[in-house]
Amino acid sequence: MTGPLTIFDRPNSHIGKSVPRPDANRLLQGRGKFVDDIQLPRMLHAAFVRSPVAHGRIENMDVSQARAFPGVMAVYTGADLVAHVEPYVGVLDHLAGLRSPPQMPMAVDVVRWTGEPLVMVVATSRAIAEDAAALIEVEIDELPPVTDMERALDVDAPVIHEQYGSNLAWERTVEAGDPDAAFARADVTVVERQFRFGRHTGVTLESRAAVVEYDPSENMLTFWYSGQAPHMMQFILAKHLGLPEENVRVVSQDVGGSFGIKIHTYGDEIATAAAARILGRPVKFVADRLESFLTDIHARDHVVDGRIAVTADGKIAALAFEDITGIGPYSMYPRTSAIEANQVLNLTGAAYTLENYRARARVVFQNKNLMSQYRAVGHPIAMVVADGLLEDAAHEIGMDVVEIRRRNLIRDDAYPSTTATGLKLDDLSHHKTLDRLVAVMDYDARRAEHAHLRDAGIYRGIGLVSMVEITNPSPMFYGIGGAPIASQDGTTIRLEAGGAIHVSSSVTEQGQGTNTILAQIAAGVFGVAMDRVKVTTGDTRSTPYGGGTWASRGAGIGGEATLQAAFALKQQVLVVAATILQSSPDGLDIVDGQIVDIGSDGGGGGGGKSASVRMSLSDLARTVYYRGNELPSDLTPELIATRHYRVTDVPFVFTNAAMAAEVEVDPDTGFVKILNFWAVEDCGRVINPDLVDGQIRGGVVQGIGGAFYEECLYSEDGQLENATMADYLVPMAFEMPDIIVEHVETPTRTSVLGAKGAGEAGTGGSPAALMNAVNDALRPLGASIHQMPMTPERILKALGTV
Amino acid sequence: MQETRTISLSVNGEPSTIAVPVRQNLVDFLRDTLGLTGSHVGCEHGVCGACTLEVNGAMVRGCLMLAVQADGAEVITVEGLADSGRGADLRQAFIDRNALQCGFCTPGMLASALEYVERGGSSERSAIREHLSGNYCRCTGYQSVVDAVCDVIDGRAQS
Ligand code: FES
Ligand code: FES
Repeated sequence: MTGPLTIFDRPNSHIGKSVPRPDANRLLQGRGKFVDDIQLPRMLHAAFVRSPVAHGRIENMDVSQARAFPGVMAVYTGADLVAHVEPYVGVLDHLAGLRSPPQMPMAVDVVRWTGEPLVMVVATSRAIAEDAAALIEVEIDELPPVTDMERALDVDAPVIHEQYGSNLAWERTVEAGDPDAAFARADVTVVERQFRFGRHTGVTLESRAAVVEYDPSENMLTFWYSGQAPHMMQFILAKHLGLPEENVRVVSQDVGGSFGIKIHTYGDEIATAAAARILGRPVKFVADRLESFLTDIHARDHVVDGRIAVTADGKIAALAFEDITGIGPYSMYPRTSAIEANQVLNLTGAAYTLENYRARARVVFQNKNLMSQYRAVGHPIAMVVADGLLEDAAHEIGMDVVEIRRRNLIRDDAYPSTTATGLKLDDLSHHKTLDRLVAVMDYDARRAEHAHLRDAGIYRGIGLVSMVEITNPSPMFYGIGGAPIASQDGTTIRLEAGGAIHVSSSVTEQGQGTNTILAQIAAGVFGVAMDRVKVTTGDTRSTPYGGGTWASRGAGIGGEATLQAAFALKQQVLVVAATILQSSPDGLDIVDGQIVDIGSDGGGGGGGKSASVRMSLSDLARTVYYRGNELPSDLTPELIATRHYRVTDVPFVFTNAAMAAEVEVDPDTGFVKILNFWAVEDCGRVINPDLVDGQIRGGVVQGIGGAFYEECLYSEDGQLENATMADYLVPMAFEMPDIIVEHVETPTRTSVLGAKGAGEAGTGGSPAALMNAVNDALRPLGASIHQMPMTPERILKALGTV
Repeated sequence: MQETRTISLSVNGEPSTIAVPVRQNLVDFLRDTLGLTGSHVGCEHGVCGACTLEVNGAMVRGCLMLAVQADGAEVITVEGLADSGRGADLRQAFIDRNALQCGFCTPGMLASALEYVERGGSSERSAIREHLSGNYCRCTGYQSVVDAVCDVIDGRAQS
């Protein structure tokens, strides 16, 4: 890579500092701008009638009373929208064999999950729309539902999409080495477990929402979107509503949590856009909490049969598993519902030297809500399977769980290296992070203490995970498969007349602090104070084209584009400055908003007190913008620069972390108290430690949710039985531990910035550590659990008390 | 269905007399009619705490109270807190501790935290956690919020 190698050492660099978020005060003063805060003149409101059953044929829908209801402007059924919306299909070319039928925003003839949109009512208020929706009578001839994914492939199971002949959506097997021979070896111990992962969902505190305005005079559609990928959404709206892409503008302002939930195509949002277009008036749709639970994508839902073979000296001889996962009746558009299973195949055991590996995933249709990518896609499954089997195997052969990791983790000096499935790994630090973890948590002392406490009838346990996280995805993730999802991102930086800079970037902000780190990078590399930087993200009209923020790519990809743009702008400004000052660009620097002579302060961009200031940035900018007559006519100053960046040569930039949980299990009640959690992570160069820690802690807590609390509970006939916040449990302040976060920094060599992602490690890693800790605590009681969430009831069942 | 009643109330010190639908809840009235969109709606069934605001000196859930029940009341929203400067140290502590990410829970979280601080709550972390357990936050994992509240209690004790 080429670039400004000294930027990290500049005294006015903000990289590596916990700069507070400039946008925090706005949110604290109640001046956020979320989608539901938008009020437009003549705006209408949409409400939906949704399928009350999991599977059935629509016989009749009587909307006449609703249509006649005062205040109702329009009522649309699925059939009414056929002429206005081109169906969408959730498959990608690189997931060979994946199949899913065309989907419409609302069911047309058959309903396939409880909550599927059936009828949209558009009225002058949401209350009126709901009143009218209640008057709609729907007759559905129920069909037998397929809810249990493990029975979905039975020969006598009803087939959801007849044309396919079975409920199989996708299947992939990967194999490396000779696992059968390795499992058959006489000198190995084989451990087999079945792991079950419940369905859970994102529960973004701000539910999905859209405000759509259509201006027929210009054939222009504007979509205010609570989401992560504005340019992807622009393509989708244009294609499926039949508009030129440039006539669709997607704006996402403040987003109240996303976690991968708000990055998919939802029928109710597309229907809202269609209605706005048909009616020529703005239409707002905000999902209520019931709608969120029924239709926001669900996640996980896997059953994995896994086994591991280890030698007496603790070396992994082979790892193999079968994964089955239920995705609802369609594969989600456009990212599909097969990526998670694919990640499970790719990631399981990726921290370890693994020669013999076999994994098969089967992705099946069922009559439940759609399942798709949620924070840490596939990671918790992969880590639970690999590290769960490994710790159980360690206990089988009487080896400490840290020691068995040390014997199998890929050496820190062995990179570049490849996984069993052929993915390239580089710049990882498993041993260093594990060593640091062991020290930080005082591992040996804690083990000794637990042994004592067990004698006193107190059951504590420690569990670890050594994980990898996929970040900074290249085009190999989606683009290669034909998805309208950019893998490159761009940043434009312009010098304002007042000497400030304006950064606009295609990555987006959902609270992780993207805008802050872009400002830090731009300010530091270019040479202005933080408060002289303004950042715009989340608007297809004014930002460069790019992918947005998902798969932990904002800092690594958007950050690098920003670094390069800031460096380019600085060079451009210095050329202008040199002309004005009759100096040479090499002899000048920009420090704290001033053009200074290099050397006057010790050089090298130091900017010490003695720097001799030649002119201010605002003088320079005003000269260029207002008084061009003072410049030589052959000087064509450009005070704006754009750079794009994408990851090349590798499909993803992996990060790693070592985490540990300490828990106490009450064998009488089955309750688990999380006493401590430690995460030592390596996301490469840390741009803002507080923000990274926030990502790790928030991620760990979401992982705790999946491990102990969160589950979308369906009845056998496909009713979601806990679709309220009172019934679906999420982590609350009281039960959560303080989480200790430490960093090891191994910058990625794929960029100058060296930053990798940090958004998903906590969610991806913590469930494995937690399950291992619970099993460590249960072991003296002769019990174990390999099902998530690990509810008190399931723990009591494992103990045989209920 | 659209029956209305006229109420008089003070919101952030500003009096209004206005007809409201009798079935409208307080937070919808504040957001939709008065344009005070700082109070958020996360569940509409009294669980998440995003709509927490002050009515007659007590923190309540704006989604569990009807607008007509606020007749004669003094209501303070997150915007009102900011304008009056009340809780400025808490807001600063939220900034310093990075106690918000997406900011959607923040107005309600701030209201509950302010209630705790103003009542003289202790800086014991588990007590703070217990008090905040009526406010969901899906982003932060809560630790930074507890840090912020601790800082303010310690800071107020010293000054
Ligand atoms: S919106 Fe009132 S408690 Fe959730
Ligand atoms: S900051 Fe996002 S919900 Fe709390």
